[in-house]
Amino acid sequence: MSAMEIPYTVHERPDTGLTSGKIGIWLFLASEVMLFGALFATYILLRVGAVTWPHGREYLNIRLATINTIVLITSSVTMVMAWASLKRDQFGRYRLYMGLTVLCGLGFLFIKYLEYSHKFETGLYPKTNTFLAIYFTMTALHGLHVLGGMVVNSYFWGPGAKLWQTDKEHFTNRVENAGLFWHFVDLVWIFLFPVLYLL
Amino acid sequence: MGSTDMTNGRTVHAAEHGHDAHHEELGFWRTYVFSTDHKTIGIQYAITGMVFLLFGFCLMMLMRWQLAFPGRAIPLIGRLLGDARAPGGTMLPTFYNELGAMHGTIMVFMGIVPLAVGGFGNFVLPLQIGAPDMSFPRINMASYWFFFLGGVTMFSSFFVTGGAAQSGWTSYTPLADIATTGQTIWILGMVLLITSSLLGAINFITTTIQLRAKGLTFFRFPFFVWSQFVTAFLLLLAFPPLEAAAVLQLMDRVAGTSFFLPSGLVVSGQALQVSGGGNPLLWQHLFWFLAHPEVYVLILPAMGIVAEIIANNTRKPLWGYRSMVYSLIFLGFMSFIVWAHHMFMTGMGTRMASFFQTTTMIISIPSVVILTSLIISLWGGSIRFNTAMLFALAFLPMFGIGGLTGLPLGLNVTDIPLHDTYYVIGHFHYVVAPGTIFALFAGVYYWYPKATGRAMSETLGKWHFWPSLVCMNGVFLPMLFLGLAGVSRRLADGGATYQFAQGALHYNKASSFAAWGLAVAQIPFIVNFFWSLKHGAKTEPNHWHATTLEWAAAPSPPGHGNFKEPPVVTRGPYEYSVPGAATDFTPQNATGSAA
Amino acid sequence: MGGHDEIDIQKHVRIYITVFVSLMVLTLVTVAVSTLHLPVHQALMVALLIATIKGSLVACYFMHLISEKKLIYWVMALTVAFFVVLLLVPVFTVHDRIHN
Repeated sequence: MSAMEIPYTVHERPDTGLTSGKIGIWLFLASEVMLFGALFATYILLRVGAVTWPHGREYLNIRLATINTIVLITSSVTMVMAWASLKRDQFGRYRLYMGLTVLCGLGFLFIKYLEYSHKFETGLYPKTNTFLAIYFTMTALHGLHVLGGMVVNSYFWGPGAKLWQTDKEHFTNRVENAGLFWHFVDLVWIFLFPVLYLL
Repeated sequence: MGSTDMTNGRTVHAAEHGHDAHHEELGFWRTYVFSTDHKTIGIQYAITGMVFLLFGFCLMMLMRWQLAFPGRAIPLIGRLLGDARAPGGTMLPTFYNELGAMHGTIMVFMGIVPLAVGGFGNFVLPLQIGAPDMSFPRINMASYWFFFLGGVTMFSSFFVTGGAAQSGWTSYTPLADIATTGQTIWILGMVLLITSSLLGAINFITTTIQLRAKGLTFFRFPFFVWSQFVTAFLLLLAFPPLEAAAVLQLMDRVAGTSFFLPSGLVVSGQALQVSGGGNPLLWQHLFWFLAHPEVYVLILPAMGIVAEIIANNTRKPLWGYRSMVYSLIFLGFMSFIVWAHHMFMTGMGTRMASFFQTTTMIISIPSVVILTSLIISLWGGSIRFNTAMLFALAFLPMFGIGGLTGLPLGLNVTDIPLHDTYYVIGHFHYVVAPGTIFALFAGVYYWYPKATGRAMSETLGKWHFWPSLVCMNGVFLPMLFLGLAGVSRRLADGGATYQFAQGALHYNKASSFAAWGLAVAQIPFIVNFFWSLKHGAKTEPNHWHATTLEWAAAPSPPGHGNFKEPPVVTRGPYEYSVPGAATDFTPQNATGSAA
Repeated sequence: MGGHDEIDIQKHVRIYITVFVSLMVLTLVTVAVSTLHLPVHQALMVALLIATIKGSLVACYFMHLISEKKLIYWVMALTVAFFVVLLLVPVFTVHDRIHN
């Protein structure tokens, strides 16, 4: 119930060397690997079974997606720099980097919005063919993860940053765990981008 | 506070043992409804799960009427079902299909897993590892409420136009893609239920690794802890593909996509206006990738419960503990690479069919190791035949039958005549019903004193056990013969219209009468469960004289934080009848050498 | 603060910048290769190879997996193994039918 101190939330357990939050987030990421794995398996099975399969460039804007890839990779390095700033006790730097991370995320979603709206304007929907079906589904699910990550990151940039005043170690660990999720989102895109757009 | 009640918030039981003097009094809602205490959450899961088990059982009893007396109006309640389901009280085939699909879904996802994992896992695991609670108490609470919401969603699907899901618990496409609205609600319910399981799995694994007591190394874990630990990994890694598949099926149903719809599909004489290009087998792969590990999710906690009860009631250590643990781990791993033995009849080539046949045969080995070890553990024991032990003992041959009947299904040649027949239903019900459910009953009788401080009545327990054992076999043994005779599953009339089945139809009647008898046999249990809350004999904290921490180191019921101070473990989990010891059990946290 | 207590954060930052630059370069490489219009199988191999390298860099350095505790590493390795099974086995069952 309330006020019960659960051990190893903030400090590592000596024999495992890990905090519970770190284990928890990695386990969650393991489940996410399997979630996106199912979608990649879907892509493979549908493509192998298709009579014809379009090249990404026939439907998709490679230039925009390349920019998005660069945006997301940038956000990944700003995220890890945000955490590194906390480790060096530089809270101002942290806010700068975390703010940049959130902005990059916004940029990514904006570009996605551009892509999607152009498709809809030209009458291309998930139901049009299986290529578009898997394209929309995978990028939308990924996009939802970007959004979720942004909400978490915004929280840690804004109201959640209060924890830095009372427990620096706890706050740093929480930012690290949020970072792990964010890097994972980048990692998924690293595979999504070539598979959907370049093949 | 500090109390754990059995009725999900309606009555308060004073149980102020082990009370943390410094925590503030939370209101009614935070104590009994939105609790973050693993014991309360465990009880919520258990009660809700048992209610759904009863409901799923009732659905099946309706089906059994139709199977025994196809086309006859259901007595008493037939008229109450309404014309959309049963005009004049006679069940429509579509309603039969709803009952079938929802019986399976409810029993597996809303009954057994919540009780076995959410209920027993949540309540017992932290206690057995000497922890004050789970690593993430609020996530624990969230996982229960996701389950509850998922259950309510599923239940509500009966009341929409077209009724509940009716494409089997397996929701095969393309049928499920074009089915009525209830299927969409099924999908939404599944997403909620899967989320609940994922949150729970993360909690169980982290807690087991991080919050175990000092001295509690992995090979000192009670077998129950190991079984929950491996189960959590199965849930964590196998459920997400089904979640993805559910999203894809939802897209097909709602957004017009063709993930699972092949080109040229014709429905009711009209070509379906979709893009086509999809693959119905894709659904089967993604579904069974989860659903095979899921059956191990159904059995592993049961094995864990049986192991605890056998060790305790033989007053002997488990025989072959280490092999049992290695078998558990191996079983968990193998369970991810056998799934297409559910798909032998889908036109796979011989190479992949042989691969899956081989892995399936291999996976039977660890199960046999575990079962054999449990049986050998009885040898030379001072057996106490209390109700918990009776159910645990019955589990052994029942699971044996279930496992053995699985072998011809796992060999692809013998699967050809048996696939999708009643033989399959008989096989898996033997494992799950007189298998897992008996183990769960055993667990209720065993841990009830820990949760309530009172024992259930042994007399009522025996009245529950013996008729249940007889009736379980009465329901499912005929199904094996019915299947061998070639009668398919999922027939709304039980095969009555087939010439070849005429000689086997009497098996349907036998199963039905046994099922109704099984229902009556549960009455002593329900009465016992509630009566004992107020009138059961009060027990000492370690009622069973057990070695494991939940009995040896915590009060009955445990208070907030479970232990007065964190236990320190000094030995293995089953030090019963240690030569030279003063008593026939030495608790895991006993200090000093054997006195 | 874990295993990073003793390690120079400055050195880490240099690694992060290096990885960042590598990721950028590899991104441009993978796009450039796609303009070569290689046959599908080759294009697939190259794209997956580059993506795997990029992904490994993110996992090992941004996510610190390279210096993480063994427990985490082995859980993720097991997950990746099942991921590969999920990706390949369904298509093998289809191919098997085609070639049989």
